[in-house]
Amino acid sequence: MTSPSFPMGPITELRGRAVVVAGDDIDTDRIIPARFLKCVTFDGLGEQVFADDRAERPGEHPLDRPEVQGASLLVVNRNFGCGSSREHAPQALMRWGIRAVVGESFAEIFYGNCLALGIPCFTASHDTVLSLQSALAAAPAQELQVSLDPAAVELSDGRRWDLELQSGPRQMLLTGQWDATSQLLAHGAELERTARALPYLNGF
Amino acid sequence: MSAGTLYDKVWDLHRVAELPGGSTQLFIGLHLIHEVTSPQAFAALKDLGLSVRHPERTVATVDHIVPTTSQARPFADPLAEEMLATLEANCAAHGITLHGLGSGRQGIVHVIAPELGLTQPGMTVACGDSHTSTHGAFGAIAFGIGTSQVRDVLASQSLSMGKLKVRRLWVEGQLQPGVYAKDLVLHVIRTLGVKGGVGYAYEFAGPAIDALSMEERMTLCNMAIEGGARCGYVNPDAVTFAYLQGRPFAPSGEAWERAVAWWTSLASGPDAVFDDEVCFDATSIAPTVTWGITPGQGIGVDETVPTLEQVDPDERPLAEEAYRYMDLRPGAPIAGTPVDVCFIGSCTNGRLSDLQAAAAVARGRHVAPGIKAFVVPGSEQVAAAAEAEGLDQVFTAAGFEWREPGCSMCLAMNPDRLEGRQISASSSNRNFKGRQGSATGRTLLMSPAMVAAAAIAGQVSDVRQLLPT
Repeated sequence: MTSPSFPMGPITELRGRAVVVAGDDIDTDRIIPARFLKCVTFDGLGEQVFADDRAERPGEHPLDRPEVQGASLLVVNRNFGCGSSREHAPQALMRWGIRAVVGESFAEIFYGNCLALGIPCFTASHDTVLSLQSALAAAPAQELQVSLDPAAVELSDGRRWDLELQSGPRQMLLTGQWDATSQLLAHGAELERTARALPYLNGF
Repeated sequence: MSAGTLYDKVWDLHRVAELPGGSTQLFIGLHLIHEVTSPQAFAALKDLGLSVRHPERTVATVDHIVPTTSQARPFADPLAEEMLATLEANCAAHGITLHGLGSGRQGIVHVIAPELGLTQPGMTVACGDSHTSTHGAFGAIAFGIGTSQVRDVLASQSLSMGKLKVRRLWVEGQLQPGVYAKDLVLHVIRTLGVKGGVGYAYEFAGPAIDALSMEERMTLCNMAIEGGARCGYVNPDAVTFAYLQGRPFAPSGEAWERAVAWWTSLASGPDAVFDDEVCFDATSIAPTVTWGITPGQGIGVDETVPTLEQVDPDERPLAEEAYRYMDLRPGAPIAGTPVDVCFIGSCTNGRLSDLQAAAAVARGRHVAPGIKAFVVPGSEQVAAAAEAEGLDQVFTAAGFEWREPGCSMCLAMNPDRLEGRQISASSSNRNFKGRQGSATGRTLLMSPAMVAAAAIAGQVSDVRQLLPT
């Protein structure tokens, strides 16, 4: 498998197969156990994603099923990515091949970390996510199309569900401005003005 | 929409600009870094040809990977050594202060910044670590960030952020003897759930909060993130100011009086508007222990592991997963659960008062046969203060190991870890599957005094029975 290139520029839609990792409150320690954080680059993390969960059920974990190898969409349930702020978690998912996540809800830091990598986290109702998950269970190898504006997912048989994507992140992804650094650097003068007005930086 | 809260005031003071996507550029007053989440950020800066905009506003220490037995360099683990060496090189290259091993100021990042007086009311504090919420104890707006955001703070001293809603958690009454801030926060998370705080900042207020020491407030705010709230805070008051006065980086002289006046003005006023409010009664809270695999799966030490019928229908799949993983029987009392390892430490409960509370239980008693029990002070300063009081002697006489400061078995990035299916009584913050270094290891979260009680009994025990009445 050759890993597709990492997200760059405007992101309007994604096509690919999907992998379902079901369950609420899946924390970032499970996505990437702490021992794999002993590194000074993110390079090797793709192979270690969900390492302990996968070792617990060799060959049976959703990420190890042959029909989803090369999948680029991840479907999850509630509060995905809770716990540690480690960006290693979305980095590991991205390096495995994930380019978008659909779930009922996300932990905030995880959501922001994904956005900083150009990975949209779409939300949908409990019923929508369950419908999507059961459609994927019935036909796991099918190709899906996910669009950002309007936010929606479409199955290969034409079934389609609306998704939600917060307007700010959607705008940033559509315009390719999801990487905040250049925007932040553009306001040097305003930044120094803010700093000059802060009592704790100016002897109170 | 909230108005007039400390969160609103601090947010407004730090707003730099509105960004095209609708988020706000927020100035970061204090940026804390450590060896785990910063190396890739420095590498990204280099790739982009950027420098550190305000190196004087970033402070570094090393905590996650340090061994707690011998801290001699080079570390036995070459990866750990490489991480610390990388941090040292990055700090030297960019002119960032590093409080390193043996400096007298090293320790867990959320322990050292408060004790050095770096964390102050009214600041925005960011760090590549979710427990940055700890610093909210001072009336700062403090939150964890990812490595791309660490890069952004280094490059621009600011972040692209969305404003949170504010929920006030009003706590009446008083914590009873043997019940600590840890029990209060575990009770809050048990009540509101691990997702209950998503989208909110938590303001902790009310008589029970006013009565907490600064170290207790840090324990409380530390675990706001375990309830889903990215930041939690307590309004600054006389307790805050008394803690700060005289610390190395706190204001002094005439500036002190001006600082206190400004800090006082930041507190949420009587007319403050909150997006939500929840009330608790501290008096009724018992020592609390987790039985499952999220910090929300907690019960009083005098309760039984909930049966499936007692669990909210939405939470039942997670409860079933927890029964399987923890191998605890629904309906069984949590007291009496045998433990293998007892860990006192972490950014949640590794401060002097935590060690004092545990030592009060350990004094004159002994760890049960076959139990591994160890105490990891949160910082070099905590270790020195504890040793000056003889707490290290109390612990070692009772059969606990007395270690060097670091994050240790909270997340087991150093050699301290569970083996196989061992079960720990732990004063840390997360009982996630595999959290303490073994993919099948199990964690029971509780207060440091409860950990000491578990060590002595060899099983989960009600610490109130060991305290003088």
